[in-house]
Amino acid sequence: MRRRAISGALYVTPAAVLVGLFFVVPLLLVGWMSLHRWPLLGKPRFSAPANYTAIGGNALLSDAAWFTLKYTVLITVLLFALAFGLALLVQNRRPGVGFFRTAFFLPMAVGFASASLLFLGLLSEEIGPVPLSGDSPALGSAVLLVLWRFAGFNMLILLTGLQAIPLDVYEAARIDGATRWQMFSRITVPLMRPTIALVLTMMITGSLLAFDQFWILTRGGPDNSTTSLVMVIYREAFVRLDLGSAAGISVVLLAGLAVVSSLQFAVLRRRTA
Amino acid sequence: MKAMLAAVVLLLATAACGADEPGAADDGATLTLWTRAATESVSKAYADTYNAGHRNKIEVTAYPNEEYPAKLASAAGAKSLPDLFAADVVFAPQYAAQGLWADVSDQFKSLPFKDSVAPSHVRAGTWEGHNYAVPHTIDLSVLLYNKDLYTKAGLDPEKPPRTLREFAEHARKIDQLGGDVNGTYFGGNCGGCVEFTLWPSVWAAGGEVLDDDGRSARVDSPEMAEVFALYRELYDQGAASPASKGEAGPTWLGALQGGKVGIAPGPSVWLDAIEEKGVKTGIAPIPGINGGESTFVGGDAIGIGATSSKAQQAWDFLAWTMSDEAQVEVIAKRKGVPVRTDLASNKYSSADPRLVTANGLVAKGKTPYARNFNATFNDPQGPWLTTVRGALFGNASAALLAGNEAITKSLRQE
Repeated sequence: MRRRAISGALYVTPAAVLVGLFFVVPLLLVGWMSLHRWPLLGKPRFSAPANYTAIGGNALLSDAAWFTLKYTVLITVLLFALAFGLALLVQNRRPGVGFFRTAFFLPMAVGFASASLLFLGLLSEEIGPVPLSGDSPALGSAVLLVLWRFAGFNMLILLTGLQAIPLDVYEAARIDGATRWQMFSRITVPLMRPTIALVLTMMITGSLLAFDQFWILTRGGPDNSTTSLVMVIYREAFVRLDLGSAAGISVVLLAGLAVVSSLQFAVLRRRTA
Repeated sequence: MKAMLAAVVLLLATAACGADEPGAADDGATLTLWTRAATESVSKAYADTYNAGHRNKIEVTAYPNEEYPAKLASAAGAKSLPDLFAADVVFAPQYAAQGLWADVSDQFKSLPFKDSVAPSHVRAGTWEGHNYAVPHTIDLSVLLYNKDLYTKAGLDPEKPPRTLREFAEHARKIDQLGGDVNGTYFGGNCGGCVEFTLWPSVWAAGGEVLDDDGRSARVDSPEMAEVFALYRELYDQGAASPASKGEAGPTWLGALQGGKVGIAPGPSVWLDAIEEKGVKTGIAPIPGINGGESTFVGGDAIGIGATSSKAQQAWDFLAWTMSDEAQVEVIAKRKGVPVRTDLASNKYSSADPRLVTANGLVAKGKTPYARNFNATFNDPQGPWLTTVRGALFGNASAALLAGNEAITKSLRQE
């Protein structure tokens, strides 16, 4: 028994070391930094809770938080609808369906930063084939980019969920005279619940942490209208050179993410248990 | 033959002695130098000439302009700064205050020409009385005007505007040529572009934008409001290119190289880049509303990385870059502005009267000084860009009033 415990521990050691080194230690360090005034060079000075109290007075941060929330709702609704729609379209084996599955997934093979630069070039007034002028398209172009880049990936996850539903359940329903809508709402959606929970959690955390697309496409403009939370953290660390303040905002954002994710799982898992 | 052999031996011996001398400044060390893309060609020109005549070797690495400050910050956090690094001169007070550069006060004070090294640059690299950085390149804001469009519009290409009002008149006149020609162009979505090109007009009128310590803003002054109002009118009337509103910086030079802009304030270092595209260009000082002239003395400052172990060798390079040899044969030769006021007129500048105009401006211009300059004025998320957008495209007086308060708060933030 003891030997089993030891060999078990040995098996998990590599993973535990990696998680410890690249997740737990940095996390503790960020928490520790957030309690200090932490310059780039030189000795940190204990200053708690200054980095946290300053968050309330940061107008840019509250604007960014509001924008990030709006963006998250927008992206989650649109991306989920699009990804689920695509998954339903390519769900069944038909001639040519492999081509469409590949085509929908293909944008995922382009790095996100490269994809952002691609859109920047496409939409540029100077060099782009589809120039957009004026202020309004800033958010729209970022949303379009994210939909294009991530719809296929989320489609793939939803597709595996769809294909895990046994066909005889549908058959039984059909024999009982269920309509297409009834089959979708009474069979597909309930049995997809864990997959939907996974996809929504990834979409929401991903959107709350949005950075690349705005950094490259809009630089947070025009007039700070597309400045996300992570961009404010970046500004604190790399423009104001105040690592403690950046760490403080990161800790608060992390706590917020943990709350959102646990709420989400609680709601979505309730009836499957 | 014997004599020659002896000479060679003697030479080797002296060289060896030189190298053995503890901490010799030119002992064949390899020094890393970081710079931003905008300054790369100048840094490389310095390095190539220095490397040719010294045993030390300078290796230049350039980073994209926008990513450079973050690159420096992460290197400082990891205590792995390069031996030397240049930075936009307006960032210098912050880097000096943060201790990113080594203290070079003693070495600087021993330079025979220390009093003629561009004073506003030296001040930018000073924190609490200590020198941390010296000038590397100088870039001045000037009016750049298209001589062919001047002639077409019936204006005299040898008579650039002497007041900002005259500048606006010329711009309107050229705009009337119609087609895709625009009177003027500015970076209306770029804090750095606006401070570089509009502040000189405020200074020329005797106004101030910042106090001496960089702790209080004065952007709500009548001088600043007048300058904004003039550019705003040009935009509203369509004399300024509609693209000015969205211009965040990257396509600014391209717009001037297109040859469709009559007259616009911009960096003096673009003169060559614009003429290369076949656009005949004149240079004039940036005037105030009713006259006077000034310039924003920009460019890059350079210092020794605080974590470098080769400070002595690095200073050998810095001292050389400010020498007559480097300033005339490297900087002036490639039509740059010397970082020393006593070299403003030299054998290269006398060949091109436009360079004399530019060099003469250094003494009249300013480099604003503030520890939180980048976070306040250059960063797109800073309060200055919000103020600029309001003053040019929104409710001007409210924007300047609210902006002044927000900017002062940002300047004082610890």
